[in-house]
Amino acid sequence: MRRRIVITGMSWVTPLGHDIESVWQKLLAGESGVTPTAVFDASTFPTSFSAQVKDFSLETFLGEDAQRHAGASRNTRFALAACQAAWSGAGLHALDQLQSDRVGVYLGGGEAAIDFDNFAAAAVGGWNYDENKLNTVAWAEIAQARFDAICELEQDPNLAAGHIAVQFKAAGPSFNTLTACAASTQAMGEATRLIRRGDADVMISGGTHSMVHPLGVTGFNLLTALSTRNDSCETASRPFDRTRDGFVLGEGAAILILEELEHAQKRGANILAEVSGYGSTADAFRITDIHEEGRGAVAAMGLAMDDAGVTIDDIDYISAHGTGTEENDKIETLAIRKVFGERAKDVPISSIKSMLGHLIAAAGGVELITCVLAIRDGMVPPTTNYVTPDPNCELDYVPNQSRQAAVTTALSNSFGFGGQNDALIVRAFSD
Amino acid sequence: MPDERRVVITGLGLVTSVGIGVEEFWDAVINRTSGIKRIESFDASGLQSGIGGELPDLKVPDFVPKYYRKSAKVMARDIQIAVASAYRAVKDAGLRTKCLIDRGEAEAPANINSTRFGANIGAGSICADLHELAGALATATDENNEFSLKVWGKEGMRNLTPLWLLKFLPNMLACHVTIVHDAQAPSNTLTCGEASSHLAVGEGFRTVARGDVDVCFCGGAESKINPMGMMRQQLLERLAPTDDHPERACRPFAADRRGTVCAEGGGLIILESLDHALARGARMYAEVVGFGASANTHDWASPDPSGGGIAAALKSALGDAGSAAGAIDLIGTFGSGTVGHDASEMAALDTVFGNRLPDIPALAIKGALGTSGAGSGAIDLAATIKAMQHNTVPPSLNTENLDPSCQLKLNSGDPYDAPIKQAISVAYAMGGGQNAALVLQRYEE
Repeated sequence: MRRRIVITGMSWVTPLGHDIESVWQKLLAGESGVTPTAVFDASTFPTSFSAQVKDFSLETFLGEDAQRHAGASRNTRFALAACQAAWSGAGLHALDQLQSDRVGVYLGGGEAAIDFDNFAAAAVGGWNYDENKLNTVAWAEIAQARFDAICELEQDPNLAAGHIAVQFKAAGPSFNTLTACAASTQAMGEATRLIRRGDADVMISGGTHSMVHPLGVTGFNLLTALSTRNDSCETASRPFDRTRDGFVLGEGAAILILEELEHAQKRGANILAEVSGYGSTADAFRITDIHEEGRGAVAAMGLAMDDAGVTIDDIDYISAHGTGTEENDKIETLAIRKVFGERAKDVPISSIKSMLGHLIAAAGGVELITCVLAIRDGMVPPTTNYVTPDPNCELDYVPNQSRQAAVTTALSNSFGFGGQNDALIVRAFSD
Repeated sequence: MPDERRVVITGLGLVTSVGIGVEEFWDAVINRTSGIKRIESFDASGLQSGIGGELPDLKVPDFVPKYYRKSAKVMARDIQIAVASAYRAVKDAGLRTKCLIDRGEAEAPANINSTRFGANIGAGSICADLHELAGALATATDENNEFSLKVWGKEGMRNLTPLWLLKFLPNMLACHVTIVHDAQAPSNTLTCGEASSHLAVGEGFRTVARGDVDVCFCGGAESKINPMGMMRQQLLERLAPTDDHPERACRPFAADRRGTVCAEGGGLIILESLDHALARGARMYAEVVGFGASANTHDWASPDPSGGGIAAALKSALGDAGSAAGAIDLIGTFGSGTVGHDASEMAALDTVFGNRLPDIPALAIKGALGTSGAGSGAIDLAATIKAMQHNTVPPSLNTENLDPSCQLKLNSGDPYDAPIKQAISVAYAMGGGQNAALVLQRYEE
């Protein structure tokens, strides 16, 4: 018999707060985590706002142990905090007999911000304005003097996984995937495969990312992917609304403890939900565009449902990728229509990116947690800032108001820039 | 795992400083060719280590259909290496993919179903093109000639091309490769430093074995030959200093090792289900029979003197293969050439192979090639696979003066023949703490 995988702990660090319950209440109330950008001076950028994590301190979560991670990046600190809460929530802190080589890590962790001020200073100092080229010798001298080795190392995307393995003594298989906006969904999907095969009993999974830094915002502004509604930033993230003008950059982490069912039952763990299906595909279409017919998205949703042994009639809620870009929302809607046919209009669909912004590599993690909470409480969160219907997006996006709905099985979509698509099925646990 | 399908290696695509293409690469390895020279692509005289393994000229149009040539301008060097590796790999495997058909090099139809064709590609933190970015940043200065974020936000950033970000996203290796060759099945991007290629091959092995795909690109690519990439390694004190003999600088497991050398390169391996390979009469280099991965728990930043994490990955891979350490005929080491990482790896190999270690031929090719981050492992694996194919233990350059505590049977001399039925290859992230190992076996029915 195939091994089943359940969620026994989960937590997040988000723009609306750092614990499960308060953030969930805010999501149900339709609150926005979007504010003018404060972590750097973005006042002259085309987009001067973002969904930042506020009032965060790793000490709150790790106490004295936080000191050990003093050099860690913002990404890694978010991940450690979320992991601590998920880990203790799962009751694993009290479990001495946990076999550490049966506990692994599979994160969708993003790269951390570069050491921007020093980077810019070296670039300007090393630039030969007369010859209009970089003097690499002058640059190297400044860089050697100003850059810090630990800060450079900690920028690598696998470092959050590395810190977690040490902090929680997870000696088992350890991976980091970075498939852009699909990363944490892919990480959780692959982690379930790993447990299913028997290569681990517990996997720490999810993701962490912050691109709220000068080059992150620069990159997305140049792509014209971000909303530029600077005069009304809290309403800027408008998934599926006709007036949407791009996504809002967010930051944060989500960590889920995935565990083999028998392992969880044997230790009397509180089972939050079961991850029963995973589908993954590539668009293989264009670097800059999603396949017009949603080919990869359609296939990923289909594979996830096949894997879970469910049909479209079983799906009670869809957590959309729903970025708020013109293209994503139109094609995701089309893809859902293709998969669900007539039923598409009957399934509540929401995008919490309307409130939390787009956490990029961490987005799938917070969205899967939302699905678990929707199952637990029989409530689905709204898509806020939804005012003007778009003829290309005519489904039930749970506009503006959360809603009671019995949710037994939920589908969570994540589509990465460049065409990597992932979908997960999570359902209420029953024996 | 009785339900799992057998997985074989049917193609190798290599891009290295000693040659592009697997035969060119192997000839160079056998002939003791070093790829390490003084850096020519930029003035590296301000760096402590001004040497590295640079690629020969790499032209994207040689590896993609005509209509895709314009995409080269959104490809960082790392992505170009992956795209070149993919082209070489499918040619070597005898696959007729969209790319080859559109280039007029293969007859339609493709001999692989796109929805059963996947990718697991390791990537590094791609360094932004410093010349391009510095040039843009240098325009954004205030009245004191210092960088100003306000000026940058208002106008400076406009000096970058609109698609600038896309050049440097690590998932773009897999995205370009899957687009060019029309691979629509699961596509993953593993970003665990120097362990990335092994983890990617391991993940690819699992996806083929469980039936999610029939054929899969696996491996990795990275370029560390740029000012920022080399500066980062310099700050981390991993590099051998420049002296008069660049080709002697990187000395894996040697008593006088002084650090590694930066390089650019990588490779993609075609993994295929045995049934699929048999049905199309594919040449089989070897079978993948075991994969293991682990994490260090002592520290994320420094090598573990006990080698415990690396040993765990080796044991896990052997266990997965159902093999005893005694059955291994060749050890493909990582052998970075740094004092601490090599000591950690030696300790791990001692733990796993014990007193058998001095009798098992071993391989450490970074003396000739340096370290190309996420692409390193694919090159190591290719050397191991070719050694198995030819039953030949190739030379490991600069290993004459072995560390007295090193029990490895490295070949500092000429290549020699030895029967190699089963080999193990290991890799670890030099920072981050991830370890991985793969067991390969000569294919037998």
